[in-house]
Amino acid sequence: MAIWVNNDTRLIVQGITGKEGQFHALGCRDYGTKVVGGVTPGKGGTVVEGIPVFDSVAEAREKAGANATMIFVPPPFAADAIMEAADAGIELVVCITEGIPVADMLKVKTFLKEHPTRLIGPNCPGVISPGMAKIGIMPGHIHKQGKVGVVSRSGTLTYEAVWQLSNVGLGQSTCVGIGGDPLNGTNFLDVLKAFKTDSGTEAVIMIGEIGGSAEEEAAAWIHAHFDRPVVGFIAGRTAPPGRRMGHAGAIVSGGKGTAAEKMAAMQAAGIHVCESPAVLGATVKQALGR
Amino acid sequence: MKIHEYQAKEILRRYGVTTPRGKVTDDPAEARRICEEFGGRCVVKAQIHAGGRGKGGGVKLAKSPAEAEDWARKILGMQLVTHQTGPHGQKVLKVLVEEALDIAKELYLAVTLDRAQGKPVIMASAAGGMDIEEVAAKDPKAIARVAIDPHLGILPFQARRVVRGLGLTGDTANKAAKLVTALSRAYLEMDASLAEINPLLVTASGDVLALDAKMNFDDNALYRHSDVVAMRDLAEENPYEVEASKFNLNFIKLDGNVGCMVNGAGLAMATMDIIKLYGGEPANFLDVGGSASQDAVKNAFRILVSDPNTKAVLINIFGGIARTDRIASGVVGAIEELGGIKLPVVVRLEGTNVEQGREILRNAKFKFLVAEDMASAAEKVVAAAKGGA
Repeated sequence: MAIWVNNDTRLIVQGITGKEGQFHALGCRDYGTKVVGGVTPGKGGTVVEGIPVFDSVAEAREKAGANATMIFVPPPFAADAIMEAADAGIELVVCITEGIPVADMLKVKTFLKEHPTRLIGPNCPGVISPGMAKIGIMPGHIHKQGKVGVVSRSGTLTYEAVWQLSNVGLGQSTCVGIGGDPLNGTNFLDVLKAFKTDSGTEAVIMIGEIGGSAEEEAAAWIHAHFDRPVVGFIAGRTAPPGRRMGHAGAIVSGGKGTAAEKMAAMQAAGIHVCESPAVLGATVKQALGR
Repeated sequence: MKIHEYQAKEILRRYGVTTPRGKVTDDPAEARRICEEFGGRCVVKAQIHAGGRGKGGGVKLAKSPAEAEDWARKILGMQLVTHQTGPHGQKVLKVLVEEALDIAKELYLAVTLDRAQGKPVIMASAAGGMDIEEVAAKDPKAIARVAIDPHLGILPFQARRVVRGLGLTGDTANKAAKLVTALSRAYLEMDASLAEINPLLVTASGDVLALDAKMNFDDNALYRHSDVVAMRDLAEENPYEVEASKFNLNFIKLDGNVGCMVNGAGLAMATMDIIKLYGGEPANFLDVGGSASQDAVKNAFRILVSDPNTKAVLINIFGGIARTDRIASGVVGAIEELGGIKLPVVVRLEGTNVEQGREILRNAKFKFLVAEDMASAAEKVVAAAKGGA
């Protein structure tokens, strides 16, 4: 079992004619995802490695039956690409693009209020349901089908967690990278709520970062509503305040968003908080009593 | 991106925010002339990007042009230490000389992003001139918060609500509402991440002015604000960070002695954390990018080893799409191209083709300390930095 991405996923790639877009479109297809098309305005009618290219998302939806999209469009045009996909009725939009201005994301947030579309990202590695399909840039082969859900704000640190899980013999149901920006489409809470409805998810790893208060809100919800083991980690305990640690969202400002606050909130919610990022897999195994 | 007070005031004046009359200079004699022009009484203010300048001795009242010259001479060139600069302080290269005004009230006003609500929020408090973080911690109710719709902008009734939060009435309230509206417009139109006036000054005659101003900008939106980019002051930034930014490396200088090089921001933070957990102190945050290309690794190395504080280096790479063996070759190639380096280098590689990657490191001319996992890597590099490798 899994959330959001599965064997019924029919993916298009916006920005498929760019280098990154093409590379990862093929990566998803090689993993087993049904990649049914690509979109680049002005390049409709061409074909990329056997994948038909359309001029608009609406056309790709109509002609190729797409229900999900992966966006590699450059930052100045990425917000428009997200809104175009939502307007075309695409259910799941995964935006990989890094560097979208906050003001553009404010527009996207408003636009999405009137559309049932789920946006994951931006500035994220994507979503993978091992053994079924992947939408994103993560290395598929480090994953293993199984019953641990993973939700994280970071990319390579998520791979690290997945690798540790696979190495202790625990597979993953779905891994969701929600992205490192201050405003994103899907938050910890959304992912946790979805995991709750998934009988195939027995435990969850939640990897947060300094900045914002999304981890605290998720922790409060877990305490009240989530009865499966959750293992947590917060990156950035040693980060100095006022400095942006790579991710636009990873910044301690106005004394808010510190790792200490987040870890305390998670501990209070009964989450198994790891001090060291090297023991994530082992801690899940222990929490599951295996 | 950050800019100076005088630059923030320049921008805010364009939007109709009233500020004291002032001019910026790097010359004490010029400071005297400016003070004369403003009637012989002025404030000399150090221009550095950090806050807390007054407490650090970087803001002085001059009661005569001669005093203005005197203060400017003392402040210019000083190493100004505030709670935001770190113990080494920041060298002052410019002062803002402003007319001195009679202060009736000092208030606080700012616009920033409320991440939880996904909206810009205006924060206003009658407790201005103080450290607003302290006010927020001690008495959160002393700060009025009004969220605004980013597409509609601030509405007149919202501006009035903010002004009521400041405790203002009558004609002064009308002037303040105009200023609040102007500040919000500047925030939205300039893609700011923070627009702050602290203190917001009310004079005895009821005028409302920005006595201090601070603006930070969304780095992702700088491509559409060339006027803001032109305000960047490289002298305010750490030279290692300036160098790294030329190669699109995410680099932040820290005070420890363990240099680290990691692919991905989250893993880079986690690596700093685990170094600390094993008793070491990271010398920097450095994200070479998810794919960790040979070029990125080479430039990163050059910057790391040019810092005399670095006593050992930890490379922590998770090879995903970018294969570990290729990354290992890149690291070896980068060190060879630099003519070898003298520091101990601990490498922890994980991911795709990891066995081949480790083999390449073991066979290299340069003797790497190869670690199998993050914990042992941290342990090894901390020991190496302490000289016990």
